[in-house]
Amino acid sequence: MAAGAVRRTVFRNRWLPYVLVLPQMAVTVVFFCWPAGKSFYLSLFKSPPFGGRDIFVGLENFRQLLTTPEYYDSVINSFVFAGGVTAISVILGLVVAALANQKIRGLSVYRTALLWPYGVAPAVSGIIFLFIFHPAYGVLPYALSFVTTYEFNWLLKGWIAMTLVIVATAWTHLGYNIAFYLAGLQAIPGSVMEAADVDGAGLIRRFTSIVVPLLSPVTFYLVVVNMVFAFFSSFGVIHAVTQGGPGGATDIMVYKTWKDGFVGLNLGSSAAQSVILMAVVIGLTMLQFKFVEKRVTY
Amino acid sequence: MSSPAIATARVAVAEVTAQPRRRPFPWSTIVVHGLLILAIAVIAFPLYYAFVISTQDIQEVIQKPPLLLPSSHLKENYAAAWEKAHMGRLLINSAVMAVAIAVGKIAISMLSAFAIVYFSFRGRQLVFWTIFLTLMLPIPVRILPTYEVVGNLGWLNTYAGLTIPLMASATATFLFRQFYLTIPNELAEAAQLDGCGPMKFLWSFLLPLSWANIAALFVVLFIYGWNEYLWPMLITNTEEMRTVVIGLETLIPRSGTELPTWNLIMAGAMMALLPPVLIILVMQRWFVKGLIESEK
Repeated sequence: MAAGAVRRTVFRNRWLPYVLVLPQMAVTVVFFCWPAGKSFYLSLFKSPPFGGRDIFVGLENFRQLLTTPEYYDSVINSFVFAGGVTAISVILGLVVAALANQKIRGLSVYRTALLWPYGVAPAVSGIIFLFIFHPAYGVLPYALSFVTTYEFNWLLKGWIAMTLVIVATAWTHLGYNIAFYLAGLQAIPGSVMEAADVDGAGLIRRFTSIVVPLLSPVTFYLVVVNMVFAFFSSFGVIHAVTQGGPGGATDIMVYKTWKDGFVGLNLGSSAAQSVILMAVVIGLTMLQFKFVEKRVTY
Repeated sequence: MSSPAIATARVAVAEVTAQPRRRPFPWSTIVVHGLLILAIAVIAFPLYYAFVISTQDIQEVIQKPPLLLPSSHLKENYAAAWEKAHMGRLLINSAVMAVAIAVGKIAISMLSAFAIVYFSFRGRQLVFWTIFLTLMLPIPVRILPTYEVVGNLGWLNTYAGLTIPLMASATATFLFRQFYLTIPNELAEAAQLDGCGPMKFLWSFLLPLSWANIAALFVVLFIYGWNEYLWPMLITNTEEMRTVVIGLETLIPRSGTELPTWNLIMAGAMMALLPPVLIILVMQRWFVKGLIESEK
């Protein structure tokens, strides 16, 4: 992975390489590195709400966060949300990809018909599912009303609101997982499948004892990527659909960080939450690179 | 590592020993097709439902049982949604944002990958790892200070503010780096012997070779830019600068007194999702390539 490992420098020029990397470096330093550092700095200060100088408070912002139940709720909500999105879209992605990979005609047509929801923004998907789940007019509560008398109202019941945003997000991300699993399946040598076929392994047996284990590196990778996606790209669906409600049931970490900073104007707390999110993303990225290393040593 | 070998051996043995079998009726193929069509129907249902609602008048939308067939009000609903949400402006802003981010990311990533692969310079490692770092810094972990930087630059409510801060790309840089490394070194050496300078080499040799990668990245990055939500919401607060994904939210009434015009909301949703979905459909091959290769 390291750049120095590759020796193929051909051109000699004292200043040109610096000019070439300048745009990328400028954007990275100005809009990524500096603000990330500033997040650390801000997390150690309290800003008076009506202006005035920032007051250094050390780890007080973190202490306050870690002693409010609301923050723990948002952490739990985030993991429920990310775990739900990941479980649904990875498992369904694997099943659908395995079906599409059977030697049948029209694979490319099927693939297109399965992938397109990736183009739908989670927020737009959320708005569509909002109406599907609409307590008065939606088709889902209507259908369920024949089966149960349970009041299927996401405005009142937190778990239904959570289900709504999970399903809406998983729907947009399913195609991504199908694409990766299809690529992984095509890398499995045909002879392995044929051998299993000869041995009399049926469709389901082949799936559980050959496809699933052989694809486990892909699955591991997808779990991490889906978790990152669900953690950090899910602001839109929450903001457009539930706004964290009802009663904080869908208040996830990313949404709370934005809300406390830009609506509540509690800059120190918001920055401290950013720093905690940074720890989450670093942890997940390191997991992802563990996978890459493993694959390199294969 | 030995399992494929064993498998091949087994196949060979099987081929020798197996009796010529009669081909059985392809039940399993039919079941597979059936299940796939079911999956496609389930996946397509939300879009179908949104489309159906967008063609109904408000009485049909709220009637029970829900009407799951298109009605005749398509034109007037789309016209009304277009008018109410200033769709034209929103769509233009989204298109500008998506194209500028995609082109910008591709351009600056090509340049930096070219520098990293074909030049030896002090700080190359530092550059590489700084670019790598951006993978770990999504917007939420630097949300307040990034907003402040854009504000200090006077870029709030501008296209520059919407696009330039999102143009750094580790994945695109690594993709181009990976691709350049597969090009034989002799090409650059030969070009150099013929008196071809580095920029000429990049322009006349690397660029034409990179079109497949550029197309693949373009699709994926266009979708990313079009669907980005948090960033345009932070950076813009005027109606003229909103993008369609966030502009849509204003169609949803939050107060209980206003009757929600769900048919117009769905018409707006259809218009917001159609451009990126069409790009996937038209450029399917590039899309899959971009998705899979840019994540490595």
